[in-house]
Amino acid sequence: MSNIPQKLQYTKTHEWIRQDDELLTIGITDHAQTMLGDLVYVELPEIESSFDGGQECAVVESVKAAADIYCPVPGEVVEVNDAVIENPQLINQDPYGKGWLIRVRPHDQKGSGLLNADEYSKVVASEAH
Amino acid sequence: MSGLIFEKSRTGRFAKAQWPTQKLDACDDIPASLLRTDRPNLPETSELQVVRHYTNLSKKNFSIDTHFYPLGSCTMKYNPRGVNRLAFLDGFIQHHPLSLEENSQGFMACAYELQEILKSVTGMKGAALSPMAGAQGEFAGVAMIHAYHLARNDLERDEILVPDAAHGTNPASAVQCGYKVREIPTGPDGNVDIEALKAAVGPKTAGIMLTNPSTLGVFEEKIQEIAKIIHQAGGLLYYDGANFNAILGKVRPGDMGFDVVHLNLHKTFATPHGGGGPGSGPVVANERLLPYLPIPRVAKEGDTYRWLTEKDCPQTIGRLSAFMGNAGIILRAYLYARLLGKEGLQRVSEYATLNANYLLARLKAAGFTAAYPERRASHEFIITMKNEARTLHITALDVAKRLLDYGFHAPTMYFPLLVPECLLIEPTETETKEVLDAFADALIQIIEEAKKDPGLLKNAPHTLPVRRLDDVKAARELDLVYKAAE
Amino acid sequence: MPFIPHTEQDVKEMLETIGIRKLDSLFDEIPESLRHASLEGVPPGISEMELGRLMRERAQKDGNMLCFIGAGAYEHHIPAAVWEVATRGEFYTAYTPYQAEASQGSLQLIYEYQTMMASLMSLEVSNASLYDGASALAEAILMAIRLDSKKHKTSVLMPRSLHPHYRDTAKAIIRQKHDKIIDVPYLKDTGKVDFAALQKLMNDDVAALVIPQPNFFGVLEDVDQLTDWAREQGIFSIAVVNPMAMSLLKPPGQWGKEGVDIACGEGQPLGIPLASGGPYYGFLCTRKSHVRQMPGRIVGRTVDMDGKPGYVLTLQAREQHIRRAKATSNICTNQGLMVTASTIYMSLMGPQGLRHVAALCHQRAREMKMELTSIPGVEAVFTAPFFHEIVVKINKPADQMLRELARRHIQGGYALKEIYPELGDCLLICATETKTTEDIKLLAHHLRDVLEGRKLACPA
Repeated sequence: MSNIPQKLQYTKTHEWIRQDDELLTIGITDHAQTMLGDLVYVELPEIESSFDGGQECAVVESVKAAADIYCPVPGEVVEVNDAVIENPQLINQDPYGKGWLIRVRPHDQKGSGLLNADEYSKVVASEAH
Repeated sequence: MSGLIFEKSRTGRFAKAQWPTQKLDACDDIPASLLRTDRPNLPETSELQVVRHYTNLSKKNFSIDTHFYPLGSCTMKYNPRGVNRLAFLDGFIQHHPLSLEENSQGFMACAYELQEILKSVTGMKGAALSPMAGAQGEFAGVAMIHAYHLARNDLERDEILVPDAAHGTNPASAVQCGYKVREIPTGPDGNVDIEALKAAVGPKTAGIMLTNPSTLGVFEEKIQEIAKIIHQAGGLLYYDGANFNAILGKVRPGDMGFDVVHLNLHKTFATPHGGGGPGSGPVVANERLLPYLPIPRVAKEGDTYRWLTEKDCPQTIGRLSAFMGNAGIILRAYLYARLLGKEGLQRVSEYATLNANYLLARLKAAGFTAAYPERRASHEFIITMKNEARTLHITALDVAKRLLDYGFHAPTMYFPLLVPECLLIEPTETETKEVLDAFADALIQIIEEAKKDPGLLKNAPHTLPVRRLDDVKAARELDLVYKAAE
Repeated sequence: MPFIPHTEQDVKEMLETIGIRKLDSLFDEIPESLRHASLEGVPPGISEMELGRLMRERAQKDGNMLCFIGAGAYEHHIPAAVWEVATRGEFYTAYTPYQAEASQGSLQLIYEYQTMMASLMSLEVSNASLYDGASALAEAILMAIRLDSKKHKTSVLMPRSLHPHYRDTAKAIIRQKHDKIIDVPYLKDTGKVDFAALQKLMNDDVAALVIPQPNFFGVLEDVDQLTDWAREQGIFSIAVVNPMAMSLLKPPGQWGKEGVDIACGEGQPLGIPLASGGPYYGFLCTRKSHVRQMPGRIVGRTVDMDGKPGYVLTLQAREQHIRRAKATSNICTNQGLMVTASTIYMSLMGPQGLRHVAALCHQRAREMKMELTSIPGVEAVFTAPFFHEIVVKINKPADQMLRELARRHIQGGYALKEIYPELGDCLLICATETKTTEDIKLLAHHLRDVLEGRKLACPA
């Protein structure tokens, strides 16, 4: 049973989003890290780079898969989590906490197309075989 | 001590018999700044040490010569020894590729005749032997499709359609040719979803890449309809010959409507797999795509053979290797085709399919779940372990590793991605019924073990030179080069 | 039927188990209209004995010549042990080491190969091989462009003195992604890269400079100057080298102040026979920081669950079977058997043996140059230091000369006029350690004969 905290928002592509004042903190969900397995490598964007909503902005890699991370809303990267570059296991161990990936300043404040915890649970359930 | 050759090295040791006896002058005509002053890390060992080291290493491998190797989509059939011996004849092995044509007629005759044989078995009009592996063949085929559209000024087409069950080289090759990839879903019966295909096809479609039978081990029943849909939209069809062993001598890709085909000589034509290669991926094409075939190719004029180059083929996609491809592999494939001949080649697909269906029947009878139980197996089939994963908490990987203890190389597991916990099993036509029975019995026994003592699977293999290896550590702490301890 | 072991009884039992009456029913899902493949044009099968006769006849046609052709494929002595061990069934008929525990032989061997090749190039990492030198160069160029992806560059500077087939192959492969080659001229007198011209050709769209050593003409380039220049321009340097030569010449990792970024080339000189053109293998080495963009398989060392050292394919997430459309390359099968032979060869020769062979090759080439240029009508074209090969101009059509020499059982070199018309009737001639002083004198004798219009004493 994967962990889906109520107070976060989600995407269909298994990112989670947390509002921290005017910034958004983004990572991958517990379901995603379980599917990927032990993570071995993370590639994060440069500070000040901009992305459209739905554009690839980062990559996480395990031994059996490599997954693109999609920026959920249009915005600019203001901070990245260097700790996970050193230690990708943090994402497996604490995906919603120490395993965060990037912080983004969104271009507009209305987050569209984001799912709440219940809607995301349905996405996860439909993927189970 | 892990027994690397470097650890057996001792300063001052060398294989004297292999050194030319001539004394050396200084290389004083080469500026000192261009000369090497340090020594590369090559071992200093005796000849016996080297022979013993690598002979012992070889014994740690599974191989066709030693084990049943049912790797799906790899066609691990017997690699005939006589073929290797003849390919090593002095006249071929010492022959320089840039020799004059008139001094290369022996090899060129073999290459030309193989071109003709490949055209015949695929129903195509032209052949090029230079692509050095299936993936390079795919690249060539897609590049030819690109060249075709370009020549007709049809510049809007920037998409290649690929079934979601396709081998990873397909989308990778399409991207290498500058195309976007559009995935077409597969239906529950293992066929491409025709409605989804119709929706995806349009003025942006350059072509489609298909394997038939597909990587799911079943024949694409509506292939003629698919061909029509693609051609009507102005696209072309590319055939990935990885599974050609299933239909060799029975069905020709040309008759199915394909415009260009690559064959894997290291699969269908029994050339050696060599621990990861070399392969060979010749392309054959129909009339439409003939002008774009890569060079060099062999032509025959009267009784003489000559090389076709860019001058003869101005629309060619070009050259894909420094010389003419994996010549020795081409030679081996030719020799294999001559040993089998027309009837032998026709029997290949019959017996490969017989073996696969027999093994499938035995496994179904023993309670295993076929991914497509209502379909005939082609030369391979998929068993899914998803039920056993649920009830016994074992994975396909666990079963694969335990099979190694039983002396069988595991089937393919890393694709197709569509089927969870899958084992893609391809016995090939060169295996006896007894071997198939032994393999089925081993799988049955492994499931029994899973019920009584799952640790046997989870911790397998137990009887090999190493236990299960930590590939997470390998990726996290990259150790790619030996460094002597300081 | 060759290699198919089934008896009639076997077939009967198997059909029964499947539940069908005849073999043909196995194909009943295939539309009837497709099931009539005729194999017109395929001759009937013959026995191994008959095939042997036919092949010996054909091999005879191609054999028995004294070979002075280099041009990217080199004849060296290969110790018998190399292929005796490499063609053991356990190496010859093994496949890609996806089940690592059952492939420790191949995997450890590849790890040893990676170590030796990286060290020969004096770089940090190597892959497990690519198809050949030419396609390795194409992959190196695509890799350099990827490494620079933020800047979206599309061109590479390539000397005209690089092997023309390498250039053509690189062009055929990279132009599919709309990448381009900018030709850099060579100096007519030395044969080296025209540095002044190179500087003028530099622009913002250039991602890399290709530096051959030696170049196609056998000439040695000023590799330090070129490497440092590339670094100053902020572009990648790609070395294309003869690996045998690197035991004697300064390797690419030591060029300039910081070495090159990527080194690639043809591994054939290290234990692979000429074999009518292949299979050979491409090698590619780079810095550790670039390893994730390096195409091809890579073997890494790890431990098993008992802590025992073992070897696995690693960083597979870059490869086609996982990354699919976003893979670093589409390569799957590589040249495993050739790497096996090469590793055994390098172990047998050792660092000093390899250097000895390279030095002897150079000595023979010097000897050959002296002998040939003393013949009236033959002159050396380039003045720069060389390794292994030289270009000589002759006062007779080069094609005709080669044909005459071939009648005398000598392969006199490779004619350059078609690719380098500005050089006129020139031959690229190579002498390796396999040639004796007598061989060279024989070449000189026949060359002189042909130039002086003398017919063969006894027709061949």
